[in-house]
Amino acid sequence: MLESVRVSISEEIHSAEARRQALLLAQHLGFGRTDAYYLATAVTELATNLFRHAGGGEIQLRTLTRQNAVGIEVIAHDTGPGIANVEQALREGFSTSGGLGCGLPGVRRLMDELEICSEMGRGTRIRACKWAAIIQTVERQC
Amino acid sequence: MRIPILRLGDILLTSIQVDLTDAEVMQFQTDVLHAIADIEARGLVIEITALEVVDSFMARTINDTANMAQMIGAEVVVCGMRPAVALTLIEMGRGLIGVETTFNLNEGLARLNKKIAQRGDSSLTDDEDAV
Repeated sequence: MLESVRVSISEEIHSAEARRQALLLAQHLGFGRTDAYYLATAVTELATNLFRHAGGGEIQLRTLTRQNAVGIEVIAHDTGPGIANVEQALREGFSTSGGLGCGLPGVRRLMDELEICSEMGRGTRIRACKWAAIIQTVERQC
Repeated sequence: MRIPILRLGDILLTSIQVDLTDAEVMQFQTDVLHAIADIEARGLVIEITALEVVDSFMARTINDTANMAQMIGAEVVVCGMRPAVALTLIEMGRGLIGVETTFNLNEGLARLNKKIAQRGDSSLTDDEDAV
C-alpha cells in the first residue's frame, strides 16, 4: 500500500506532480471526489508557495489512520526566508507577493487541520491534514 | 507553452487545457488583451473544461483577464467550469466576480452573440446595412 510520497519542488511545474500524487493517494484511500479535489488544490497552493516564496522545497504526503477514519497528511517544508508574521499570512486578503491573499487562508479552509512552524532565515514547515468524511450508515427498521 | 487564441468572426476563442506556470498564465493574459485590441474583438471565450484544479493564482488571473477584456470593450464568458472547481473556489473563499459563466462552449457562444447583438455596436450595424 502506498503510504508515503515525497515530491521535491525545485521548479514550478513540480507542483503538478505533487497534486497528481495527492489525487492518487486520495483515490487510493477512497476519499470522496470533493474532498480529493480540496486536498489536491491545497497541495497545489502549498507547492507553488514553496516555489514562489522559498525558491523550492519538498512536499511530503502520508497516510494517516485513526479509529474509523483515514486521512492524508501534507507537509510542505522549505529552508527559505521564513514567514515574518504567521497570523498575518493566515488572514484573508493579505499577500506579500501580489497574490490573491487567499493562498494560506484557502488551504486552511480546504483542509481539516493546519499548523505552521516558521523561523526567520531558517525556513517554514507547514503541516496540513485532510480526513476522509465518514459516511454514517443508519440502519433502517422495516 | 502559449495558449492558442482562435478567431471566430468577432469572437476570440481560448481554451486552457494544460498546467500553466505563473509566467505562462501572465503571458496568456497579455496575449489575449492584445489580440482583442488588434481586431477589436467583440467577445472572448475562456474555456476551462480541462482544468481539474484551479488554484488561487489561476482563479485570480482568469478573473482579472476577464475583467480587463471587459474594460477594453469585449464581452466575456468563461465556460465549462467543473463542479469540483466551483466547490473548491467557493470553499477557499474565492469565486469569479463579475464574469459570466456557461456550462459549455456552445452556450458560451450563444450567450456572447446575444450580448453582442444587444450592444448594437455601430461598426457591426453599419456592416449589416451595407449588405
